[in-house]
Amino acid sequence: MKNLTTLTIKEALIGLKKKEFTAVELTEAHIKAAEAARHLNCYITETFDLARKQAKESDARYAKGTAGLLDGIPVAMKDLFCTEGIQTTAASNILKGFKPPYESTVSANLWRDGATMLGKANLDEFAMGSSNTTSAFGNVINPWRSKNHDKPLVPGGSGGGSAAAVAARIAMGATGTDTGGSIRQPAAFCGIAGIKPTYGRCSRFGIVAFASSLDQAGPTARTSEDCALMLQSMAGYDPKDSTSVNRPVPEYSKSIGQSVKGLKVGVPKEYRIDGTNPEIIKLWEKGVQMMKDAGAEIVDVSLPHTKYALQTYYVIAPAECSSNLARYDGVRFGLRVEGDNLVDTYEKTRAEGFGKEVKRRILIGTYVLSAGYYDAYYNKARSVRKLIWQDFINAYQKCDVLLTPTVPTPAFAIGENMQDPVTMYLNDVFTIPASMAGMPGMSLPVGLSSDGLPLGLQLLGKPFDEETVFKVAHVIEKAANFTALPQSLMSKAA
Amino acid sequence: MSIDINTVRKVAKLARIRTTDAETEVLSGELSKILKMIEQLNEVNTDGVEPMTSVIEMKMPEREDKVTDGGIPEKILANAPEHTAGFFVVPKVVE
Repeated sequence: MKNLTTLTIKEALIGLKKKEFTAVELTEAHIKAAEAARHLNCYITETFDLARKQAKESDARYAKGTAGLLDGIPVAMKDLFCTEGIQTTAASNILKGFKPPYESTVSANLWRDGATMLGKANLDEFAMGSSNTTSAFGNVINPWRSKNHDKPLVPGGSGGGSAAAVAARIAMGATGTDTGGSIRQPAAFCGIAGIKPTYGRCSRFGIVAFASSLDQAGPTARTSEDCALMLQSMAGYDPKDSTSVNRPVPEYSKSIGQSVKGLKVGVPKEYRIDGTNPEIIKLWEKGVQMMKDAGAEIVDVSLPHTKYALQTYYVIAPAECSSNLARYDGVRFGLRVEGDNLVDTYEKTRAEGFGKEVKRRILIGTYVLSAGYYDAYYNKARSVRKLIWQDFINAYQKCDVLLTPTVPTPAFAIGENMQDPVTMYLNDVFTIPASMAGMPGMSLPVGLSSDGLPLGLQLLGKPFDEETVFKVAHVIEKAANFTALPQSLMSKAA
Repeated sequence: MSIDINTVRKVAKLARIRTTDAETEVLSGELSKILKMIEQLNEVNTDGVEPMTSVIEMKMPEREDKVTDGGIPEKILANAPEHTAGFFVVPKVVE
């Protein structure tokens, strides 16, 4: 039998329907691959027995002819989604051992459609990071290696475990959450696809909160069509999330294969920033040419406030995080470090439970929200956010979708960019603006750098127009024909 | 502006995070760098711009005011570091 871990979700669903293999076989193949790739540290908690049980049930549904949209597809669940009775850590010591008494809506939607769960994927602590080096459960290793050195590379963050698992073929797809780029940046670093839908498209219920006005769930997988299938399952109105939007979920997979003739693709000049790797600029130009060849019209647009998005983000996200993370007090769940009195217990618990990056963000958030600074920093940032949003609305008067790079550089080695937090934050300069504006954004693997590492391009769409994003994504994907494999798989094949 | 050591101490107290003297010093440098970056926002003219609360224009949904959940104290207490007789246990707060 052919290696089942090389299939896309779409191909696997066809094979399952035709009874070429069973869901149990498909899941077992991925468990075997995951066991062989434990050095990548993709999973915080493996749930192989659960996956086996779910796969058996899936086979029963195939036999009865009642299989769902993703029936039998083994996925990784970012360990930020609460899963009932299964440890959910947010990669933090403060939540070690926490077993949620409820299920997140997004994960429940995937189980409803028959997906099986291989494990809870590693991430940056509380999804705060761009390299998956802030996890209390260790770094995730990118399955790709540079041609020029042997140092292990970061998979990106925060969804490093999700992206590395999909790239290493130890999960067919994975869930992610994107607050400033946590789905798109790891997808670019690991040579896979990932989409953050419009804010409000997926329910936030049961997702460990980081910055509630920005957090949005989305899938990561190896093709745009696989992402479309997963998003179709994950998205939808949920009365348990007051910011979830009540509008029907389109059949996203129907966008795949549609023509982009006459479509207007915007190219924002502000995304040509100093310090961007020249290979990425070249790739961007290649992407523009692909769109022209497919009959799309290229439009120059301007998003004048782009260069302030990062600064806005580092006020708003920490402000919201300082408020959201106030709940970790050692009383109702998670870690407790006993102190002399209640306040002492709070302070010791939080000092020991949170890692450095999380503490930095809580402190900067507390500072910008504190008396005397609220207007100068927090309200100022919220006003600039409005201008960033307005930039997108203005640009979308002239075009249907925007094409940009995803990240200014390819994946870097573990330990690089750590000297000061601001250098690390620059990783997110192309992904943060769409987060601030709530627009859908997708990263696609388009080429390789001269040292053999994947490079991604980003598509940004109008609010709730994920369909156009998928349509364009598929056209680029076909033109780019990205078939390179991470070295971890090449050596195995040889 | 920069965030000096005393300000770090004050903010850490507000955030209920114990910090050692060594940590406080490092944080003062790191947070000052972040603040310096944030202060670039002052270049932007935001006169008359309403601060944004939500990216999606929507009315806050309302539901009927009735109990939809409850009766599961064991589930709620299952993750507590310490509980007794249906209550969370904390260090003594009243002398």
